[in-house]
Amino acid sequence: MVHLNQERAPIYEALEAFRGERIVPFDVPGHKRGQGNPELTQLLGKQCMSIDVNSMKPLDNLCHPVSVIREAEELAAEAFGAAYAFLMVGGTTSSVQSMVLSACKKGDKIILPRNVHRSVINALVVNGATPIYVNPDMNSSLGIALGMKVSQVERTISQHPDAVAVLVNNPTYYGICSDLKRIVELAHGHSMKVLVDEAHGTHFYFGEDMPLSAMAAGADMAAVSMHKSGGSLTQSSFLLTGPDMNPGYVRQIINLTQTTSASYLLLASLDISRRNLALRGKAEFKKVTALAEYARGEINGIGGYYAYTSELVNGDSIFDFDRTKLTVNTLGIGLAGIEVYDLLRDEYDIQMELGDMANVLAYISIGDRERDAERLIGALEEIKRKYSKENADLYTQEYIEPKVAVSPQNAFYASKESLPLLETKGRICSEFVMCYPPGIPILAPGEEITEEILEYILYAREKGCSMAGPEDAGIQRLNVLKEEWAM
Amino acid sequence: MELWFSELHTPNVKLSIKVERQLYSEESEFQRIDVFESPEFGRFLTLDGYMMLTEKDEFIYHEMMVHVPMAVHPNVRSVLVIGAGDGGVVRELAKYSEVERIDLVEIDRQVVQVCREYLPKVSCSLGDERVHIYYEDGMKFVRRKEDEYDLIIVDSTDPFGPGEGLFTKEFYGNCYKALREEGVMVNQHESPFYEGDAKACMRAHKRIVESFPISRVYQAHIPTYPSGHWLFGFASKKYHPVRDMDAQKWLERELETRYYTPRLHAGAFCLPAYVERLLRKVEIHESR
Repeated sequence: MVHLNQERAPIYEALEAFRGERIVPFDVPGHKRGQGNPELTQLLGKQCMSIDVNSMKPLDNLCHPVSVIREAEELAAEAFGAAYAFLMVGGTTSSVQSMVLSACKKGDKIILPRNVHRSVINALVVNGATPIYVNPDMNSSLGIALGMKVSQVERTISQHPDAVAVLVNNPTYYGICSDLKRIVELAHGHSMKVLVDEAHGTHFYFGEDMPLSAMAAGADMAAVSMHKSGGSLTQSSFLLTGPDMNPGYVRQIINLTQTTSASYLLLASLDISRRNLALRGKAEFKKVTALAEYARGEINGIGGYYAYTSELVNGDSIFDFDRTKLTVNTLGIGLAGIEVYDLLRDEYDIQMELGDMANVLAYISIGDRERDAERLIGALEEIKRKYSKENADLYTQEYIEPKVAVSPQNAFYASKESLPLLETKGRICSEFVMCYPPGIPILAPGEEITEEILEYILYAREKGCSMAGPEDAGIQRLNVLKEEWAM
Repeated sequence: MELWFSELHTPNVKLSIKVERQLYSEESEFQRIDVFESPEFGRFLTLDGYMMLTEKDEFIYHEMMVHVPMAVHPNVRSVLVIGAGDGGVVRELAKYSEVERIDLVEIDRQVVQVCREYLPKVSCSLGDERVHIYYEDGMKFVRRKEDEYDLIIVDSTDPFGPGEGLFTKEFYGNCYKALREEGVMVNQHESPFYEGDAKACMRAHKRIVESFPISRVYQAHIPTYPSGHWLFGFASKKYHPVRDMDAQKWLERELETRYYTPRLHAGAFCLPAYVERLLRKVEIHESR
């Protein structure tokens, strides 16, 4: 195999060459290199505005790439060890949805862990496939959902041998990995495709001593959030495919919903970030891991907090752990994670990635500095000194098994009515309810609303979780299916 | 040939000092360190191009950082100094025989080396046997201390760059914890005059007010710092900086100072009206 030169960045190079040509623009965008919008140019800078351009001959076209974008995709495919790589500009949401839409269609079954991102279930609303949930293990003292046990996947596959695909998180938001390699073997043994949500796993492809990446495990597709740990601009992402996928068909699926005016800022950021990681990723992520490990040691030294890592690994539902994740369980100081999250932001000017019932998560990446980690550690120490409570009656998230009554698509498009939250028990929900982040559904369209779920929503609302999904943003009311539709 | 050092005090104002020669210039792990020789101010030290001290006017800053709290707290035995790798604060502290221990925490070893070599008038007491130098992050050092010091002196650089952590609420809270129950913290508090500095000054004050029951600000005139008008923070668990000052006791020590006097001590806490207003804004906001 001929190795490509990972020092190249074809889109970036083409943009630089283009800038030098001083082409007169009688095409879109109408701001014409920023001249027509001085206020925006003031904000973003001339450099940035001058490359916010449209697809044209020297710059290729994302919908049907033949030159520089094609080369960038080939370089990315090599860097990630994939058969094919697609540059995506609609967030990793678009990568996840293209994956799901490529693998299944109306009436098909797809096997998923419940702690999937909402984008997965949204894709099922679009294409009419039915989710078969694998209940993830829970660690109830930490209040987090874990990975899928191989035995559970096996049982689900034998119960639903007609399913066409299995979707796996690698890792979860909290850094937990399932035994991807064995799941791939199992699924392929039953002619099912394996789709991997790697929104939080870009670094697995470049760092040393990292959990196994989807492509290395032999998965068929992976959605990789380059803009998270990879350092590219927000909304840019990669969709990777393995050798058994037809790239032409995947491209058609992507083009169903993808913009025809892809932003070159996003594309160039993918190109440059891929080059950076291919050349320097190993060293960069070594630093990231070291910083996370350092912070973890210091935070555990404070007492009360529990910053967990690979000691949780149990060979099955926690097959591996992403050590760059800095998740801190706060129940030991008598505060909910979301309360610590708010204190850090409001009192100490520190923005965390997420706070849930029991944990706060700091996203450590290639942009972090030691002195910022010191601030976080110092602030956590202070929060313990000033705000900790004893014997607080805190709820940790129990796994609530969903009762899927109708497919997400049928539920979404059914006739529905809006009811006050407390009157919805026993009815079938037609919308999502989730805390965001992490964006994992408590309820998805088509699921029955139970007493347990209502209690959880009330508690999360009271603790100040940012709840998302329903039409009524305050979650005083929920949309449910009209009775005749639920039959 | 004319050689000048210039520092922008705002985007529209700069201070320039004529330089005879540059004695030292190197990039340390944390910052660029320069030492110059000048006809007007003697030798001076800059970090990342920002004036830290000159031989001519450093006495003002260092005396005000040290003698003000020492004249108030009746029994200082153990002192923590953060930043201040030049040794100026330590030189003033070393004049007090009752001080038993001075822990100096400086993140940049190279600053100490350079000052020892090129600024001996400032660094002269760094070898005092009571002085223990720790080369580490000040935030990290203080976070691990509890109920240990009578006085903490925060001689930070500006609230951007390596010193930015020393202007945060968590840092001031960690200092509170590291102090004994009668402890005092004094900090470099920026200038109230130019808008950017004034904002930093207000932010620092707000965070100290949130962390200590007593928090007052005092001033001095330092020619080479932006606007020449500089503030210091006095934060305390018990002692009031003016009411609890013991002038008699301080005078009996017969220390030699060039700027500080007990009369000036009281006056330094009388602030211009606009500065009072600036500080009150964040105090009122924080009163609970």
